[in-house]
Amino acid sequence: MKNYQDFLTINYNKELIPGLFEMELEGEGASFITAPGQFINIKINDSLQPYLRRPMSILDYDDTHIKLIYRIRGEGTKILSEKKPGEKLDVLIGLGNGFTDTDYNEVIVVGGGSGTPPMYGLAKRLIAKGVKVSAVLGFNGSYDVFYEEEFKKLCPTYISTMDGTYGTKGTVIDAIKENNLSFDHYYACGPEPMLDALVKNFPDNGSLSFEARMGCGFGACMGCSCKVKTKPYKRICVEGPVLSSDEVIING
Amino acid sequence: MANLSVKLPGLDMKNPVIPASGTFGFGYEFSKFYDINVLGSMSLKGTTLEPRYGNPLPRIAEGPSGLLNAIGLQNPGVDEVIKTELVKLREVYSGKAIANIGGSCVDDYVQTAAKLTKEDCIGALELNISCPNVHAGGMAMGTDPAMAAEVTRAVKAVITKPLYVKLSPNVTDVVAIAKAVEEAGADGISMINTLVGMRFDIHSGKPIIANKTGGYSGPAIFPVALRMVYQVSQAVNIPVIGMGGISTGRDAIEMMIAGASAVQVGCANLVDPYACPRIIQEMNDELDAMGIENITDIIGKSHQYK
Repeated sequence: MKNYQDFLTINYNKELIPGLFEMELEGEGASFITAPGQFINIKINDSLQPYLRRPMSILDYDDTHIKLIYRIRGEGTKILSEKKPGEKLDVLIGLGNGFTDTDYNEVIVVGGGSGTPPMYGLAKRLIAKGVKVSAVLGFNGSYDVFYEEEFKKLCPTYISTMDGTYGTKGTVIDAIKENNLSFDHYYACGPEPMLDALVKNFPDNGSLSFEARMGCGFGACMGCSCKVKTKPYKRICVEGPVLSSDEVIING
Repeated sequence: MANLSVKLPGLDMKNPVIPASGTFGFGYEFSKFYDINVLGSMSLKGTTLEPRYGNPLPRIAEGPSGLLNAIGLQNPGVDEVIKTELVKLREVYSGKAIANIGGSCVDDYVQTAAKLTKEDCIGALELNISCPNVHAGGMAMGTDPAMAAEVTRAVKAVITKPLYVKLSPNVTDVVAIAKAVEEAGADGISMINTLVGMRFDIHSGKPIIANKTGGYSGPAIFPVALRMVYQVSQAVNIPVIGMGGISTGRDAIEMMIAGASAVQVGCANLVDPYACPRIIQEMNDELDAMGIENITDIIGKSHQYK
């Protein structure tokens, strides 16, 4: 029986840009993660309110640490943002499949908004394996760009903003085309319109991480099932969150 | 160590804790968290004659101390359940499970039940005539006493195992439905299913759940469940399996005091995958502290207060 639960200690919880926080958690349970792109599911507090856990992507990890970046979206993330170093969180760790298809020579990692964080941990591991990596990060405007410097320390990094206030004006697709990026595989995490656009433009060679409202995060409730071409359905929390571009049904 | 064992038609259980249908998959998924043989039994994911994908996403919203869901009976269909899911379950579970059956019409229920009753790992069947998230059958059948009786009678005629009928709380008179299914041959009643609810996005005004309405469950509905179990368990002569928001050993004990002969745990499994073994342990500790040796001694303890 594999263990999934641990009570992790908050090392820091800092605001990167208004409304966006980076948190580091420490504990043995970090070792339950087996691949970048897996997620954790956090019980925000000991009370019945908020009731459900909050699934969160992982920025980076080692055997005893998990880093994440989250945006305040509602009541749960608001409470999370007020947590102090030293407090403990009940966390289910190492959920989902993650990015396991990694035998390529030249790749791009594509992040959109708060979908950017898991691309960081992935890029680091791909580079350590000797893969040539470029990063393409899409934001709304210069005001919500984050982690550009950190990515630049790892690999060539290209930014797009919808309002054109920084980098390429437009979407990540525009940035990929403008910079003539070549790649034999791409990895992506971001809002669904971005993922759909990537699948439309590059249908054959991508691994895309999806987001869904989840009841449990470990396959029990069927709350996050999506239709795919290869099976009647996949649960985003177990057979996902990473789907391959050739099985994704756009707007599925 | 209190004696937690209870006997229900078709189910000889070491404790009264049963994960509820729709929150526990086909059981084996939870064996990655703990040895599921510690459970009294388990109610498997609602199974229909044909495969169903279920409702569009989002299917999940949250409320005060509860969860609103509109899954829509997603399941691979009875043949695939028998061929694949029950095989996987047997690999990790040696007890008897409850097969939960959904459908759109009486014949759907009958055909599905006739197949599942033959499976050795199934101890009893549970008729879901209370699902609020499907547009045909489901709750429509469970909110009318005559229709509830008709489907109960039809299914009873083709099965060899005991039949539990799962009741909806979305009715004016739950006792009338309970009496109707008892009269039609039900061997037990499980209750309550979820309460129909909604949530809206305050900016767009759009319902959060794609199906618009969903079923509300979790600790928020616990007092409603207690009241209904209290009423029904005094009105019928068949056992009631109580559920609705049970999250702790104390909750489970309270539900049995209301009149339940066993309990199902639903939502709590989703927030805490280890909820059921924890609840079993808490029940034991609580009964020890109360000086009660047999859990059966507390069933319907509230009924003495007329």
